[in-house]
Amino acid sequence: MRKSVIKKLVMVALLGLIMPATGFAADTIKIGVAGPHTGDLAPYGIPTKEAAEMVAAQVNAAGGVLGMQVEVLPMDDQCKPEIATNAATKLVSEGVDVVIGHVCSGATKAAMGIYKEAKIIAVSPSATNPPLTQSGDYPNFYRTIAPDDDQGKLASDFATDKLGAKRIAILHDKGDYGKGFADFAKQFIEAGGKAEVVLFEGVTPGAMDYSAVVQKVRREKADAVIFGGYHPEASKLVSQMHKKRMKIPFIGPDGVKGNGFLEIAGKDAEGVYATGPMDVSSYAVNQKAKADYISKYGKEPGTFFDQGYAAMQVILNAIEVAGGTEYAALEKALKNSYVDTAVGKIKFDAKGDAEGVGFSVFQVQDGKFVELK
Amino acid sequence: MEYFLELSSSGLVRGSIYALIALGYTMVYGIIQLINFAHGEIYMIGAFVALIVSGVLTIYGFSGVSILILAGLIAVIYAAAYGYTLEKIAYRPLRNAPRLSPLISAIGMSLFLQNYVLLAQTPDFLRFPALIPDFEFMEPIAHIMGSPELVILVTSAVSRVGLTVLIKYTRIGKAMRATQQDMTMARLVGVNVDNVISMTFIIGSVLAAIGGVLVGSYIGQINFYIGFMAGVKAFTAAVLGGIGNIPGAVLGALVLGLTEAYAAGYISSAYEDVFAFGVLVLILILRPSGLLGKAVKQKV
Repeated sequence: MRKSVIKKLVMVALLGLIMPATGFAADTIKIGVAGPHTGDLAPYGIPTKEAAEMVAAQVNAAGGVLGMQVEVLPMDDQCKPEIATNAATKLVSEGVDVVIGHVCSGATKAAMGIYKEAKIIAVSPSATNPPLTQSGDYPNFYRTIAPDDDQGKLASDFATDKLGAKRIAILHDKGDYGKGFADFAKQFIEAGGKAEVVLFEGVTPGAMDYSAVVQKVRREKADAVIFGGYHPEASKLVSQMHKKRMKIPFIGPDGVKGNGFLEIAGKDAEGVYATGPMDVSSYAVNQKAKADYISKYGKEPGTFFDQGYAAMQVILNAIEVAGGTEYAALEKALKNSYVDTAVGKIKFDAKGDAEGVGFSVFQVQDGKFVELK
Repeated sequence: MEYFLELSSSGLVRGSIYALIALGYTMVYGIIQLINFAHGEIYMIGAFVALIVSGVLTIYGFSGVSILILAGLIAVIYAAAYGYTLEKIAYRPLRNAPRLSPLISAIGMSLFLQNYVLLAQTPDFLRFPALIPDFEFMEPIAHIMGSPELVILVTSAVSRVGLTVLIKYTRIGKAMRATQQDMTMARLVGVNVDNVISMTFIIGSVLAAIGGVLVGSYIGQINFYIGFMAGVKAFTAAVLGGIGNIPGAVLGALVLGLTEAYAAGYISSAYEDVFAFGVLVLILILRPSGLLGKAVKQKV
């Protein structure tokens, strides 16, 4: 007797889950927000969730998107791939239209296949692993953060397009960071075909001097140097290049862009280029988002807040432009219309990376790093 | 051809610096058979003192060459004091101890001095002003050899000549040679061996400090750790040339500097250390006592 009551209750409960999904699908837009909301890595996931909820509340108060209310469905994946697949399956079965997430690259990779089959677009605020977009495996994947190789690409594009370099020497300090950057720069220069990598070489950090390798750069008739590494080696190289009367541009990564470099290299620093994270704090949207957050939560927003905020903005904009949540129309909207977001004015390229986000080139002018627009 | 000259110039400059440090290693070893691992630290301290003094002098309105000479002079005096004290507190009490004890004491002093400078100054790199001026007449060949390089080569050569004169023609030089040949006998004929050993440390420290000042000014940056690698390289040079042998240390240093430059220039700078130490291994296989070293007969 009792058993059948429980059975009935379960049936009702299950039906209850199905009912709203079909019943209200027409007049709400469901956005899943997947990421670590519990566990060690929660500080990376919570700010995005909060950003999405904040934007949704504001949009809903103003009448929603296309007359529909926006509903945010948070889903915890703890940054673990095995939990991420469950979270993704759950979101799909709840009928979400778009997903913001996931946060960690590994979890994102695990979940993407499920969204791909369900034809759901996912916009990650933080998964920086380059192959997620570049492999072409996940055409439904977008991100509002620059991928790891973006600095290398920026440096190589800057050298070939802005500086017009044809013969580029790439040096690095043999470390993970420096060589990683140098490898990406080399890869992009070779793929671009506009210039030639005439020298790709590691230097020994802490060696007495780099005059031999500087002479080598000269012999190869390089017209620009891209260096992967940190400021002590960079300043040594720059000052030795000047001592050897070489006046070719020198481009470093964000390990060079800092006061340490300016102090040690002194007047040799003048004119040196370095890539570094773009300064977004002057954007009106970014300032407003931060101010709203502080007035609501009483503290500074956490990691990936800007990117999460931007992800929500681009999604809602795309839905508005596309006139609905149909996959192909959304895709077209994401790739074609610029949106003023918390990380700047962005749209997505063919592979799903945001254009106009990430790193800028800076140059030392009068003893200061100045962002080149 | 020009490329070869460029590399040779950079190798000679490096070799000249190594030679200044290697002389200290080899002289100390020649007299008391001790490898003074703290010697690289004296070089580093020389550079730091010069940096501090040149900062002060700049405030007082001195300029260019006068700063270089004054800062160099004070650095040399300071380093000599460090060398003297080092010997007195870390090695003299162990004069008759087993040979391993002063060696461990030397490593301890090296770590102590490094960390002392780290705490007293800073763990960061510091900018060293370019004290060596650019001479007009060097401008046409500045891409092969600039003024700082010329100054390094000349200073290093003059220091070596000075050392040779000191050892060959002065009283203390004679005493040093006597002590090197047989310490007990030298003592018996009235040589004050303790003074001679102190003097050896002082001379070695002076040379190392000159090297430190030149390198700082040439490279433009120093930190507390520069003495370690320079010390290892100079020690390698001393062994390469035959440790205990003064012309050998200079030869070894130049060979090492040139090897590094050619390896970096013609093969890969990522492997310059590999070639430097490869040459050391090769020479020690072919000539176990180094390029100019004499095989020591075991006294029975």
